[in-house]
Amino acid sequence: MKRLTLPLSREDALSLRAGDTVLLSGTLYTGRDAAHKRLVALLEEGKPLPFPIEGQTIYYVGPAPARPGRPVGPAGPTTSYRMDAYTPALLRCGLRAMIGKGRRSPQVVAAMKEAGAVYFGATGGAAALISRAIVSAEVVCYEDLGAEAVHRFEVRDFPAVVLIDSQGNDLYEIGPEKYRL
Amino acid sequence: MREISAQAVADEVKRLFLEASFCIGPDVEAAVSAGIKAEPSPAGRAALEQILENYHIARDERVAICQDTGMAVIFAEVGQDAHIVGGSFEEAVNAGVRAAYDEGYLRKSVVAEPLFARVNTRDNTPAIVHTRLVPGDRISLLATPKGFGSENMSRVKMLVPADGVEGVKRFVVQTVVEAGPNPCPPVIVGVGVGGTLEKAALMAKRCTARPVGSHHDDPRYAALEAELLEAINATGVGPAGTGGRVTALAVHIDYYPTHIAGLPVAVNMCCHAARHAQAIL
Repeated sequence: MKRLTLPLSREDALSLRAGDTVLLSGTLYTGRDAAHKRLVALLEEGKPLPFPIEGQTIYYVGPAPARPGRPVGPAGPTTSYRMDAYTPALLRCGLRAMIGKGRRSPQVVAAMKEAGAVYFGATGGAAALISRAIVSAEVVCYEDLGAEAVHRFEVRDFPAVVLIDSQGNDLYEIGPEKYRL
Repeated sequence: MREISAQAVADEVKRLFLEASFCIGPDVEAAVSAGIKAEPSPAGRAALEQILENYHIARDERVAICQDTGMAVIFAEVGQDAHIVGGSFEEAVNAGVRAAYDEGYLRKSVVAEPLFARVNTRDNTPAIVHTRLVPGDRISLLATPKGFGSENMSRVKMLVPADGVEGVKRFVVQTVVEAGPNPCPPVIVGVGVGGTLEKAALMAKRCTARPVGSHHDDPRYAALEAELLEAINATGVGPAGTGGRVTALAVHIDYYPTHIAGLPVAVNMCCHAARHAQAIL
């Protein structure tokens, strides 16, 4: 189990391999379908993004509302392929890591290799457990999107596994191959 | 004729969605526990252990098992001798859903119109209500909040009679393999065979809520459930899709008479957060 700091350094991103289990601590941003659509629309218009994306991590999540006294409600990963259409553009702007669940498109994997980026997985559905690793949350932009607004999370020992590394190795291909009968 | 107030329906619907969202059923929990013992992949076991711990946290702290608290699907069997008073049945169901999602800190995940504006309704209504009129004077309510990670991986195919049992097996296993990690395995696979397009889909959804560990009454279908479960768990997908043998906890099949020209098959995928709660008024 490796302990890593977010934002992830370039060296850390390049050294990780598919299947590595990690505990992530530091700062990340959240974003899912609607926020990605808006971010990429800004890029297409040549406008700046509402937060600095270079070297950063995006966690694909739309948390449930927080109970009073809690920073965030249950907050497990959503399925990543819905962001695939937007992801290469963000990787070209320096996005270094993503956290989600599920397969990515060949276009995303190619853009990750070019950018030296890494795709982490968190256990889908383990939302109450994962939320314990989120120590603070604040809205960065797109508050009108509710659960889909972009948040900045501080995380401590967020449990994740490297699903696709910067060389394009994919745990969703390597893992099932070992256990197929 | 027995009178049941719309308010009683709303109160019960609220209670059921809260119960389903926080508390996993003992059947599903037992199947995940058994999976930890059976799973040879260390990563798979670790995922199952997280899933089990997550069930406990959700139940103990009364928080949602999964942040995707779903669309509120409800199966209602309304006795024809029950008289609902003081409001409309569907309004009462929606009032119950609204209250549950507000008071339970459940995520509101419904957009009012799917294609153009996609504006959130902010109270998770409307519910999807499937109502059947049945004999008797009671109302049975089954609340099944449905997350879309697994809903998006569900498929319907209009097979032809010549495709037969082998065609059904191929389609079910192919649907699970193509879904891979996306629907949050280990999954419960609901299969509806026969009827029409929509009847097959409805059966597939309804039987995801059948208790895990139960079998179809017809021994031919029970054997097919067992055979499909084995075939799915031989694909290597595994817990969380990162490799292993516990890809599905159960395969549940239901069937209905169909047309001489048809063999509709629907596969409704349900994630390991297989949430449902039932009550009779």
